[in-house]
Amino acid sequence: MADFTNYHKTLGESLRQNGVSRRGFLKFCAATASMMALPPSMVPAIAEALEKARRPSVIWLSFQECTGCTESLTRSHAPTVENLIFEHISLDYHHTLQAAAGEGAEAAREAAMHENHGNYLVVVDGSIPLGDPGYSTIAGISNLDMLQETVAGAAAVIAVGTCAAFGGLPHADPNPTGAVSVSQIVKDKPVMNLPGCPPIPTVISGVLAHFLTFGGLPELDDLGRPMVFYGKSIHDRCYRRPFYDKGLFAETFDDEGARKGWCLYRLGCKGPMTYNACATVKWNQGTSWPVESGHGCLGCSEPDFWDGGGFYNAISIPDSDVAQNLGYGVAAGVAVGAAVGLLNRRKQADAVERHETVTVDDLDKDS
Amino acid sequence: MNTAVDFLLWVKGPAFDVALVVFIIGIFIRLFEILLLGRRPDLAEAKGSEFSSGMRTVFTRTLPERGSLKRSPFTVIGGYIWHIGFLIVLFFFIPHIELLHATLGIKWPGLSNHLVDAVAVITLVTLLAMLIDRLTHPVKRFLSGPEDYLVWLVTFLPLLTGYLAYHRLIDPYALVLGLHILSVELLMLVFPFTKLMHAITFLLARWYNGAMAGRRGVQS
Amino acid sequence: MSGATLQRGLNALREQMDAPTAAFFSSCVNCGLCAEACLFYTETGDPKYTPINKLEPMRRVWEQEFTLWGKLKAALGLAKPLTNALLEEWEPLVYDACSLCGRCSMVCPVGNDIAFMIRKAREGFVAAGYAPEGMKGASRRAIEIGSPMGVKYPALAAQIGHIEADTGLTIPVDVEGADYMALLSSMEIMNFPEYIQALARIFKQADLSWTLSSEAFEATNSGIQIGSSDIAKELVGRVVKAAEKLKVKHVISPECGHAYLAIRWEGPNLIGRPFPFRVVHILELLDQLRASGRLKTEGLEESRLTFHDPCQIVRKGGVLDEPRNLLKQVSKNFVEMSDHREMNWCCGGGGGVSANERADELRLKVFARKKSQLDELKVDTLVTACANCRLMLEDGLEEYRMELPVVGLTEMLAEHLVEEANANVE
Repeated sequence: MADFTNYHKTLGESLRQNGVSRRGFLKFCAATASMMALPPSMVPAIAEALEKARRPSVIWLSFQECTGCTESLTRSHAPTVENLIFEHISLDYHHTLQAAAGEGAEAAREAAMHENHGNYLVVVDGSIPLGDPGYSTIAGISNLDMLQETVAGAAAVIAVGTCAAFGGLPHADPNPTGAVSVSQIVKDKPVMNLPGCPPIPTVISGVLAHFLTFGGLPELDDLGRPMVFYGKSIHDRCYRRPFYDKGLFAETFDDEGARKGWCLYRLGCKGPMTYNACATVKWNQGTSWPVESGHGCLGCSEPDFWDGGGFYNAISIPDSDVAQNLGYGVAAGVAVGAAVGLLNRRKQADAVERHETVTVDDLDKDS
Repeated sequence: MNTAVDFLLWVKGPAFDVALVVFIIGIFIRLFEILLLGRRPDLAEAKGSEFSSGMRTVFTRTLPERGSLKRSPFTVIGGYIWHIGFLIVLFFFIPHIELLHATLGIKWPGLSNHLVDAVAVITLVTLLAMLIDRLTHPVKRFLSGPEDYLVWLVTFLPLLTGYLAYHRLIDPYALVLGLHILSVELLMLVFPFTKLMHAITFLLARWYNGAMAGRRGVQS
Repeated sequence: MSGATLQRGLNALREQMDAPTAAFFSSCVNCGLCAEACLFYTETGDPKYTPINKLEPMRRVWEQEFTLWGKLKAALGLAKPLTNALLEEWEPLVYDACSLCGRCSMVCPVGNDIAFMIRKAREGFVAAGYAPEGMKGASRRAIEIGSPMGVKYPALAAQIGHIEADTGLTIPVDVEGADYMALLSSMEIMNFPEYIQALARIFKQADLSWTLSSEAFEATNSGIQIGSSDIAKELVGRVVKAAEKLKVKHVISPECGHAYLAIRWEGPNLIGRPFPFRVVHILELLDQLRASGRLKTEGLEESRLTFHDPCQIVRKGGVLDEPRNLLKQVSKNFVEMSDHREMNWCCGGGGGVSANERADELRLKVFARKKSQLDELKVDTLVTACANCRLMLEDGLEEYRMELPVVGLTEMLAEHLVEEANANVE
């Protein structure tokens, strides 16, 4: 368990200072508990833990990324409790959000690492290029070096976004930078993947609350994703599922089926193979999500979703140029077939030539 | 590969390419092996037409023969059920229609998933019954060898894995879907080199049968 | 010329490969339905008599030499080769337990013509020396003497003499320019000479110009039965030569199944050229005469009777309606077997089986199928149009202690001929 006793203010003190009532705070704990699929009896424990929680040091490393993950996570149009929590972690290093720059920023990172050795969290977004360190450097330091050096004293690593979790867009064919995911480099620290392009904001606040409460990561699936958010497929939670079952599919984006909200399988929805919380938690504080807006799920929380056959091709469609392969196959088939067939013909004709007339004197074998 | 999604993408990508090409080339090879042998011209005076009799037999052999139905009802009826069920699942399940549309460029209406699911179950059960019959019926057991059982297996697996995938009985979905597609690829690889070719050559066989009989004035 | 060898047999099987055969082997799914159509399986329950199984030696040659995958397997030593032992084991399946009746070919769901292939397979067996002694003997007699039963022209001449004495008719022999040359089977000459008498009387009434040939009167073709096209060609060649010498327009195939197969369907292919004459089965000719009013009969058979369809004439020959038309002309109580016409069951004696003593026990055993057909119908008379079937039916009925007269159709028609003065009587 990480030790946060060295920090300045507790989370509870910080929240009260910002005008969050005890009641509001408990509501948040209850909501967090339910979202994390923890029983109501855990709410007092969560409340107590969060109340006393010291602000852990968090070092946020941004590698080959688009900043979409940060945008998602910090998006809010009114102060929310999640936001407050973010203000109550000690975000000691974050390119987009920090005031410092240049050597001062790097010095802050190193100071945080040293002071909180063994107890800080490393959050990574973006993939790490292995092809040539020059593809992505910060202050002249390659992503690979910075990652390895920074995680050495970390308590845990959270790979936020599909790029950090699985390689994401840079990793897509032909992967010119040799991009890899965090878990392909970090082998000796607990790594949690929070994929999504971008991930849902409440996913991170939920796992952070879990970390603060229990000092460890929640139960992960075989891809390192918290089961509580990524344990069910979109397909199994999709409100359009009854249409799939009945065989009612939209065939174009503006046909009658689309207008009636029918299943988007034929328009390329990757819901069946995608594990995320979009169908239940949704986006923008529960406003909507891609399928509800009429567009198929891209599968953005899965590895290699960019190369997964095309966003508008149904899952059952092969990835390659089938028509071309068929063409090659037919051409080769005709050529080889003709050759083999002619061999057959010749063998039969040869046998006819070699025919020895059978007479009644040949009916027995020579003994 | 290190994830189920990698496996699925491999199965949908290069593995499918290989299976498709082997399937096509293999079929052409077998067809040419048959057709280029040709037939010796028949110099006896014909009593009836070859072509129309041949075409007729291609269709009428699909109907059950009265004596066979009476003496081997299980083989005949079981054969109809599982073949028709297999074809319904293959051609009328909408994700399959998408696949075939992408491959062949044509589309047709599908059936509701619940119906296809029910047909799949019936087909699976019937196939199991056919296997048991093949193992116990004196004639079938006598005739059957490793190839017959292999062919049964590669026919059964796509249905089984399809059922498992549709009902998401194995996690993650990418794994079970990958297994389903892989089982189909296995079927495609095995097809041109085994009795599965009957799915195409039965047209030739029935035609030759009907043509030769028709020439002699008999409708076979 | 060397004797039979495995190499010659193998070569013969290769020669026989054609597109239909390859399509058939490619399509067989081992469903076993052919067994249920074959009386040799249904009456014994022995799965080795499954029709497609009888073809295993030929199937191996197809697979190992005419398919890519099979060639690969053979090259890797994974294939079972064709051996003398295999042929020896399969010989009884191909000769004793198959009459080439073709019923299996009618039921195979993928359309395989199994009987067609068995005929081809026999070419391999005979060239390798594996054929039943009885059939070898029949072939030798046919080639050397002129008939498988050893009947020479003097024997026929004697029968002709009796018939002429009994009827007062003349039976034309070696008449050049006649329209029809009639062939006979040894069986008819020796066992059922009523047939010849019937021909004489019917043709007289119909005013048909016909003849026999003293040089080639034998219709049966032992070469076809043993499965040697070479021997068959020699035998059918004699008929063709005689027909051409007499410059006839038609050759009549008698009441004998394999004779019709030999002359009508295989003949031109055996000698390699179309015939300059047409071939007609006696029933076809009689039906033509009936249709044109030249077959005048009177009276109707009262007894309840049925027709046994000879396989090579009906199912394999296309003479389906003629026997029925003719029977309806002279009987009032004709009933069909439930499996009739092209689906009737073989008597069990065709394809050389009755010439093969080793197969006696088996063919009598499987006659149970014909017996059950007859038991179902309870008829008083059994009519057929093949001398070999007649003998087999009589043998079978005796074996099962059934009292049922067997009559030839031509003979029955002759019995109902209207006897009227004919302006052309000499």
